[in-house]
Amino acid sequence: MNGVHDMGGMDGFGKVEAEPNEPMFHQRWEGRVLAMVRALGAAGAFNIDTSRFYREALPPDVYLASSYYKKWLLGLEDMLIAKGFVARDEVTGGHAIEPAKPLKRGKFTVGDVERIMVRGQFGRDATAAAKFNRGDRVRAKNIHPTTHTRLPRYVRGHVGVIERNNGCHVFPDSAAIDAGENPQWLYTVVFDGKELWGNDADPTLKISIDAFEPYLEKA
Amino acid sequence: MTEHDHHHHDHDHSELSEIELRVRALETVLTEKGYVEPAALDAIIQAYETKIGPHNGARVVAKAWTDPDFKRALLEDASKAVGTLGHVSRVGDHLIAVENTSNRHNLVVCTLCSCYPWEMLGLPPVWYKAAPYRSRAVKDPRGVLADFGVSLPKDVEIRVWDSTAETRFLVLPMRPKGTEGWSEAQLSELVTRDSMIGTGFPRTPGAPS
Repeated sequence: MNGVHDMGGMDGFGKVEAEPNEPMFHQRWEGRVLAMVRALGAAGAFNIDTSRFYREALPPDVYLASSYYKKWLLGLEDMLIAKGFVARDEVTGGHAIEPAKPLKRGKFTVGDVERIMVRGQFGRDATAAAKFNRGDRVRAKNIHPTTHTRLPRYVRGHVGVIERNNGCHVFPDSAAIDAGENPQWLYTVVFDGKELWGNDADPTLKISIDAFEPYLEKA
Repeated sequence: MTEHDHHHHDHDHSELSEIELRVRALETVLTEKGYVEPAALDAIIQAYETKIGPHNGARVVAKAWTDPDFKRALLEDASKAVGTLGHVSRVGDHLIAVENTSNRHNLVVCTLCSCYPWEMLGLPPVWYKAAPYRSRAVKDPRGVLADFGVSLPKDVEIRVWDSTAETRFLVLPMRPKGTEGWSEAQLSELVTRDSMIGTGFPRTPGAPS
């Protein structure tokens, strides 16, 4: 979706302000939100792509005005309600009213914590040969799906070069909408700064994205 | 401070307690429904606070600086190479290490959300997840570096890696001069988090940490 989360190349957000000796969490609740998202994801309530989609789908003014973990909280509430794990009046009232919906991998307990500290695996067996090779010129398709995609707007329609084949991976565009993993080849595609930003761009700049095969066409 | 600012200030405070209540409410519902154990949430937070952090990445970088075979293996397949070190957390299958040289400087961003090599660097800082960095890193990386007080020679190529998939990137910074003969442990003290994102350099010997 063409949301405000797709920020690459936008102007007007100001300077990057780094906080010296930044704590891991600024408020206790931030850690609770992170933990709830990780726990319910691991228990099978949703996948990582779906959780990103719900955050992106927050109204643009809410997205921009909310802190990082507030976006996580709002996305989590919306997602759990949409998937039937909790009801809106339970969230507002702060108590369970309706029976629980079974989780794919059951209740998340202390014994599951170690498992989630290992990063998930997204590589899958290939179902077809890769269409592109290293060095091929490709164009990022001019597509505008209204659901989740990982093709940023700033590369659409532009030509780059395949630098690396990262193997076949879960396709976020499908996984996010519960349409299955639909594995696709994943390539690192490099663009010249001028191709993306015009002749005023820094001549030394190159930018890469990791692009799934359905995002690309031969240039 | 104007009256308007005061109003906002107060508003932020009330919102804070509001959000704490809201988080607590959700946790209560999830617990009552039997989806999670509160103790498991405590354990997740504790694991993030103790097990991951830039010290993991720093050990990998210091090893690459001292062991040419490891460096070659790291640049070839970072997940596999890091996996051979028992002492750092497990990184999954999709870690890519990119090397800074005198001709090329690498910078990592996630323009779409906040993808970051947690297992190597810990949880990302707020600026990494915020609009100013995400919007400008791909278009004006030298301007972003200037915000960090970093400037590079004009002829150095800047390569920005936008983390748009589940691949994760670790910058291998250049080894500081004046560190000949240093041990891995000594060198790892020089490796900063920002130097592994590309928004900074390692510390130089003798400089305050």
